[in-house]
Amino acid sequence: MTPAIEIQDLKKVYPQSKGNKELPTEALKGVSLTIDQGEFFALLGPNGAGKTSLISILAGLGRKSSGTVSVHGVSTDVDPDKAKTFIGLVPQEFNFSIFEKVLDIVIAQAGYYGIRKADAMPYAEVLLKELGLWEKRNDQAQNLSGGMKRRLMIARALIHKPQVLLLDEPTAGVDVELRRSMWEFLKDLNEKGTTILLTTHYLEEAEQLCRRVAIINHGDIIEQGSVKELLTKLHITTVLLDTVEQLTEAVMQLLRGEPLEREDDHTLKLTLGPGGTMNEAFRKLSSVGVHVSNVRSMGSRLEEVFIQLIEKKDANA
Amino acid sequence: MKSPTLIGYSTIVHKEFTRIIRIWSQTLLPPVITTTLYFIVFGRFIGSQVAPIDGYSYMQYIVPGLIMMTIITSSYMNTVSTFYFAKWQHTIDEILVSPMPSWAVVAGFVTGGMIRAALTGVLVIIVALLFTHLAVFNILILFVAAFLTALLFALAGIVNAIYAKSFDAITIVPSFVLTPLTYLGGVFYSISLLPPLFRNISLANPILYMVNAFRYGFLGVSDVRLTTCFAVIGGFTILMLVWVLLLFRNGAGLKK
Repeated sequence: MTPAIEIQDLKKVYPQSKGNKELPTEALKGVSLTIDQGEFFALLGPNGAGKTSLISILAGLGRKSSGTVSVHGVSTDVDPDKAKTFIGLVPQEFNFSIFEKVLDIVIAQAGYYGIRKADAMPYAEVLLKELGLWEKRNDQAQNLSGGMKRRLMIARALIHKPQVLLLDEPTAGVDVELRRSMWEFLKDLNEKGTTILLTTHYLEEAEQLCRRVAIINHGDIIEQGSVKELLTKLHITTVLLDTVEQLTEAVMQLLRGEPLEREDDHTLKLTLGPGGTMNEAFRKLSSVGVHVSNVRSMGSRLEEVFIQLIEKKDANA
Repeated sequence: MKSPTLIGYSTIVHKEFTRIIRIWSQTLLPPVITTTLYFIVFGRFIGSQVAPIDGYSYMQYIVPGLIMMTIITSSYMNTVSTFYFAKWQHTIDEILVSPMPSWAVVAGFVTGGMIRAALTGVLVIIVALLFTHLAVFNILILFVAAFLTALLFALAGIVNAIYAKSFDAITIVPSFVLTPLTYLGGVFYSISLLPPLFRNISLANPILYMVNAFRYGFLGVSDVRLTTCFAVIGGFTILMLVWVLLLFRNGAGLKK
């Protein structure tokens, strides 16, 4: 099957701006990535890693310096307009006119994709209802809350029924409840066949939603694979230990040198590297008079992988 | 059955038209007030002291130029402001991510500018009729001159907006280039009244040809040959169109 997205040796150099003595910035240093149809793929990386540059080039908003990009087998060099028909983009920043009404924004976007208002209206209603915006359809966008504006951008990106959805930090600044409901919406969309490429800072998000992830740093893909593979590769286990006794400064002094971090007054985070066991930690805790009442697995284990990989890469550089 | 490109084009035009009407006090009213003041001050007060030019009263003589001045300003200001604002707000990205061809995007914004020029032009004609009698010598020439000039300046507005990096940059050209060229483009006088040196300098001003072509359509008089007028207007329009399309193709000022 043709990949949904195929990127080969993609480079992006931002030229030196006038009056700026800094050297040209190499935002992407030869990125290669293949995302299959129907995948839910996450691109993780710190600020300035090149995530948004990559998304912009894919969506036709950025110019690449070299390399090739194909969407559903259509090269963006050969037929950029056709490649765009496959893609829906949810950018990081709000980019709709705040003076326009919610429904008008969605319908106008359909128009740009060549869909008549009468044909777009039924699906616009479905999308706005699913995203909880139907009641606000006649409100000006400036009157929406931050979360609603973000959902509006999702509705707008989906109005032409794209086969690939690009989401650039879609849940940034969104409260936990709304984030979870957006996850459900996106999961459902992916199950119905839409390929999703997500960039995020929230590692928990990638772990919850995606089967495969790529980690990008300083314009390079430093690791990619399934979440499970990455965790196994680095043999990382992180658990939370609930303690009976309060974790005072004095207790923490006694635990210095152990792979234990204080989360709160009654919780410790235990990170086990390759070959590590919990027995040693328990023995040490007993010796200082701390008893463990509960052991919980930690949600965002991927964070440890992420930090380790980036630190390792930076150290090698 | 409309083609997808035509639907995209219509969407931009509809948005532009809605915007022009929604903010009519900013888009339609100012040129009407300004031109009314010109009619009162130059036409009525000063014009009554001025001898007829080419057989027409001063008021009748300046009307075509004032309408043309409105057409130029409206078409330019519409595209430069709407396009720069779209760039600044990143709403232009809504269009750039879509499969609409560049020429259709340009056509949509240009049509918006031309609609505003047509609306303000008609309003100024209505105001002019309150002050003087208006004869039409050749409606085809009148229409073609107005159409091409509006097209040219709507395109020029897009060029300005693409290069602009701040709001200041979209006011520099109208204030320091467009206004002086318009005032010195024979709106208020015939260049035949100027000394030879200034007459020759005036011939380097492209707006002179637009004003004169339009005046010919109304009054049947022109300081320059009509064919020269249309050659200049047509030449500049083609130049501007090619410039805009090249900028879109390269993504300069639009894509990162």
